[in-house]
Amino acid sequence: MAKRVGIEVSLAIAEAAKLARADVVAAYPITPQTHIVEHLAKLVADGEMDTQYIPVESEHSAMSACLGASAAGARTFTATAGQGLELMHEVMYVASSMQLPVVMTVVNRALSAPLSVWGDHSDVMAVRDTGWIQIFAENGQETVDNVLCAFRIGEDRRVLLPVMIHLDGFYLSHVIEPVLFPEQSQVDKFIPPYQHPMPLHPDRPVTMGAFGPPIIYAETKKAQEVNLEASKEVILQCWDEFGKTFKRYYSPVESYHSEKAKVLLLTMGSFGETAMTAIDKMRGEGREVGLIRLRLWRPFPFKEIRQAVKNAEALIVLDRALSFGGPGGPVCSEIKAALYGEDKKPKVIGFVGGLGGRDITPAGFEEIINRGIEISQKGSENEFEIFGVRE
Amino acid sequence: MENYSVYVPRLVTKRENFAPGHRACIGCGEALAVRLACKALGQKTIIVTATGCIEIISSQLPYTSWRVPWIHTLFENTAAVASGIESGLKILMKKGRIAQQEITVVAMAGDGGTSDIGIQALSGALERGHNFLYLCFDNEAYMNTGIQRSSATPFGASTTTSPAGKVSIGQVTWKKNMPAIAAAHNIPYVATACPSYPIDLMAKVEKGAATPGPAYVHILSVCPTGWRCATDLTIRIGRLAVETGIFPLYEVENGKYRLNFDFPKLRPVTDYMKLQGRFRHLSEDVINKIQQRVSAEYAELKEKASEGKG
Amino acid sequence: MTKPEGELTWRDLEIGSIVTEAGNASQYQTGDWRSERPIFDNNKCIKCGLCYIFCPEGCIGQNAEGYFDADLFYCKGCGICARECWPKAISMVPEEE
Repeated sequence: MAKRVGIEVSLAIAEAAKLARADVVAAYPITPQTHIVEHLAKLVADGEMDTQYIPVESEHSAMSACLGASAAGARTFTATAGQGLELMHEVMYVASSMQLPVVMTVVNRALSAPLSVWGDHSDVMAVRDTGWIQIFAENGQETVDNVLCAFRIGEDRRVLLPVMIHLDGFYLSHVIEPVLFPEQSQVDKFIPPYQHPMPLHPDRPVTMGAFGPPIIYAETKKAQEVNLEASKEVILQCWDEFGKTFKRYYSPVESYHSEKAKVLLLTMGSFGETAMTAIDKMRGEGREVGLIRLRLWRPFPFKEIRQAVKNAEALIVLDRALSFGGPGGPVCSEIKAALYGEDKKPKVIGFVGGLGGRDITPAGFEEIINRGIEISQKGSENEFEIFGVRE
Repeated sequence: MENYSVYVPRLVTKRENFAPGHRACIGCGEALAVRLACKALGQKTIIVTATGCIEIISSQLPYTSWRVPWIHTLFENTAAVASGIESGLKILMKKGRIAQQEITVVAMAGDGGTSDIGIQALSGALERGHNFLYLCFDNEAYMNTGIQRSSATPFGASTTTSPAGKVSIGQVTWKKNMPAIAAAHNIPYVATACPSYPIDLMAKVEKGAATPGPAYVHILSVCPTGWRCATDLTIRIGRLAVETGIFPLYEVENGKYRLNFDFPKLRPVTDYMKLQGRFRHLSEDVINKIQQRVSAEYAELKEKASEGKG
Repeated sequence: MTKPEGELTWRDLEIGSIVTEAGNASQYQTGDWRSERPIFDNNKCIKCGLCYIFCPEGCIGQNAEGYFDADLFYCKGCGICARECWPKAISMVPEEE
């Protein structure tokens, strides 16, 4: 039987990696990710987890060691945040293009300068195009469930891609929540052992990472794009199977009272739960508002997004990152791009908020929605607005 | 007559694990060093290579020169990737997912990939004590990108980013002592080698591979393109680097230094330098300065070797 | 045989663009880089094998009688073998059309 435990989410992530029987963990400490790697180290030290733990000297080496371990055929896990993710940046492209299914939890954190250890999505957006599968979790249970799913999806023969599970720094990583942990036997059944089809081994000498001259590089990228697109089908199958087994259900785009709502708010990450409170209150007052939570960030769920918002008049998108000098938040840009060619589409209004750990309360979400409605009716000189900033 | 180890084909395996058809420049000392190292390593080997000459000449899609499992990812992370492979193999063998056997994990990088951009990852891997062999193929500049200076470029050498000019002698810094840095990590085996001494090189690679824990072999690899010398002089120039004391061949085993080839009298550094265009601009004063430094460093090394200490 | 790179489609690539045919670079001719080629004089050869060990291409082989020759499919004509052959059994001659 599954056990319900009150546990800090970071520790729960480490427990999930243990349940998944990760063979190699390579990690470097960074706030707010530290509790994950500390707990992993403790599990290994206590003999509860049969894992090679590599205490590397940087995040660049953490991801690099993961590449090596994965290429040798080991199930590989790591975690990082903010600056650490940026230091990994170039290595992440290699993981996806060489099809090494590393699983990583990213405890989302703002980027320097000024230094900020608190949460936002600046780190995520900078690695948007690295070719990884990227899934957002909103609470502890979702994080644990999706870490388990990540191994199954990434290591699937039809996929073989690295997977990032995003969770907000502190607001999610450091809270204690009740989490249901499945039995080891259930997890073993759900995640079959990782088998790289052609690992580095003297029995069959392969060359990995040969360089691509112009005559062949484009073909390698096309293959990569087709592969990442096709992974969506496997992700959906995995979540479906997960639902059947564990009775918890996930989908690329999740809707909350959105079916008949004229105004929709779209969020990613743990803000979704706070926004729900605001939506409940406003609906109680007779307002026709609903919420869209974007869970699958890559591959981007075009079809599901279009379906979810097609009946709304206004769609208010809240980003937790800024694309400086650009059209606003990266999520909002993508939503606009996804809807541009549609005949029937809502007006899209962009907000940026929650930067560097700045909280947004339910009242704040109400304010965002009201201001969004105002802009949708009267228009605005700005491409987007930063919510809650002192003028 | 030089004291050659004659009848070499009887001493070495005929198998080439580094296949011909590679695209190294004509007379490349590094390609030769890799070929010899691969002979010494044999087939129970996994090689990780940094971005650089070796990688680019051996792995142009869809071709590969490698007959052993090989991986390249990036420039500065070679030792970290090797760490991961070693740890991966260890746990997979422990869990019985692959058969228990000796597989040598070897990292290969150039001097830039080792003593500049890759030094952090290397230091980390040496400190953590992974069981792997690191081979630095030192051609004393960034040759792959067009002869730019590195921290391993010797004093006075003209490169494209340390050009000799009206007011410059070229490289104005002394070569970073990478073997000493490796040895400072207290790893069990450090050695220097040069393909002009092929049997010695292969013995050191074999020894490094057999060493439990980290081993580091620093291999001087003559580069006719970057050193601006004739392509047939690769072996001779490597030999002169050793005979002048510019690149002494030695080992540091568990902290104990041993000089492998000692000479009662070193040849003057000019014998080595005059064959190379990269030193052609140097005045007698500068050459004297280099000579003094080489003599002093050689004496220091001999002292360490005679005391048998670190 | 490996398909020439210009004919490979994205569908032909292995996962992660892995090359599965070990050492297939041996299909690649480097001999046409050469401007000089080595001539081996078996009367002077003492079969020491230094030419073999010092060849950066690994393209010098030993025949049944123990003499050496270069595989001109690969030989780039560096001249190391001739320079290092101390009985002077190897000489470099210009490649002519």
